[in-house]
Amino acid sequence: MRTILSALALFGLWLLMSGVYKTLIIGLGAASAIFAVYMVRRMDRVDQDHLKVPLKPFRFITYAVWLVWEVVKSNVTLTKLILAPDLNLRQHIFRVPNTQKSELAEVIFANSITLTPGTITVETEGDAFWVHAVSFDESDHEALADMDRRVTSFETGAA
Amino acid sequence: MDIPALIVEILSWASIVVGSFLMIVSGIGMLRFPDFWSRTHAASVGDSGGMILLILGMCLQSGLTLITVKLIIMGIFLIITGPTATHAVANAALVTGWRPKTAADLEPETGVPYSDLPEPTVRGQ
Amino acid sequence: MMFLVAAVALFVTMVLILVRLYAGPIVYDRVLAVNSFGTATVLFIAVLGFLTGRPDFLDIALLYALINFVGTIAVLKFFRYRALGDIPQMPAHPGEER
Repeated sequence: MRTILSALALFGLWLLMSGVYKTLIIGLGAASAIFAVYMVRRMDRVDQDHLKVPLKPFRFITYAVWLVWEVVKSNVTLTKLILAPDLNLRQHIFRVPNTQKSELAEVIFANSITLTPGTITVETEGDAFWVHAVSFDESDHEALADMDRRVTSFETGAA
Repeated sequence: MDIPALIVEILSWASIVVGSFLMIVSGIGMLRFPDFWSRTHAASVGDSGGMILLILGMCLQSGLTLITVKLIIMGIFLIITGPTATHAVANAALVTGWRPKTAADLEPETGVPYSDLPEPTVRGQ
Repeated sequence: MMFLVAAVALFVTMVLILVRLYAGPIVYDRVLAVNSFGTATVLFIAVLGFLTGRPDFLDIALLYALINFVGTIAVLKFFRYRALGDIPQMPAHPGEER
């Protein structure tokens, strides 16, 4: 079942990327999708790594929209900082605790921190990240804790 | 030209112009900023804001075609890999002992990883 | 017309990043510059595709994005471990190597 689904998904992706719809070409595309799934099945004997996505889809979309708005705001901030005649940087590296359960949600949180310009996740350490900020403000702790709460809220299994 | 097409045209102009501006700003920032740690932030302006706006502008221009699908796939891929690559560079610098700077008026946080390593020297200076 | 604006802006950005790539001073500055240059190149190829009316360029841009990411990670791995294949004593968690 899983095999057929992934073959269909690959073939759909191929159809989207190709854009040429002749019998021979489509046949070659279907053959390559089936061959890829066959290879993955052979490798599956060694590698029992199944993908799980413990996320709530609608809340994730809400979060993505909120994240785009955050990216816009911090882009404005950083543009002002770069174009200002005097560079008053206030660099700081600080610890940000994270409360996510699954690794995927942790990765999403760390990537969101890095995606917003002005803050970069530098190192992960158990239940916390080390974050470097270029113009540190005391409100950054609260802003990142808010982002942490939002990421945790769309994880399944969390309250 | 009818009204919806005009709105799409204006929106795509705006996003492409602003995106181009952000890319140039990121280039200027990479030249102006004083040390490696601040330059990572300048690079991320172009990698996130500039990239998203330019791809959005191109999507609006091409309308509902396969080109838009390709652009969206490209955008999602760049959104995932851009921060990962930036994190990898910053992490590699930290692991090899480059010390992140803390502003003079701030108390440095204790327990920063790898802070016991000797600071490397720049060759040829 | 608007793609001409974007292409010129991306070209200027690429020149600025090349200056940083030349100036360094540390090796990670250069890796960062190469990565940003790659992102700018991906967008530049896509814009060129629109400018010359050949949407096939998008496939090249997509491929370049893949290669750019893998290349950055490979260069960083090489700088850290001085090897690209399997590393015999790769620490399970960074920091345990010391």
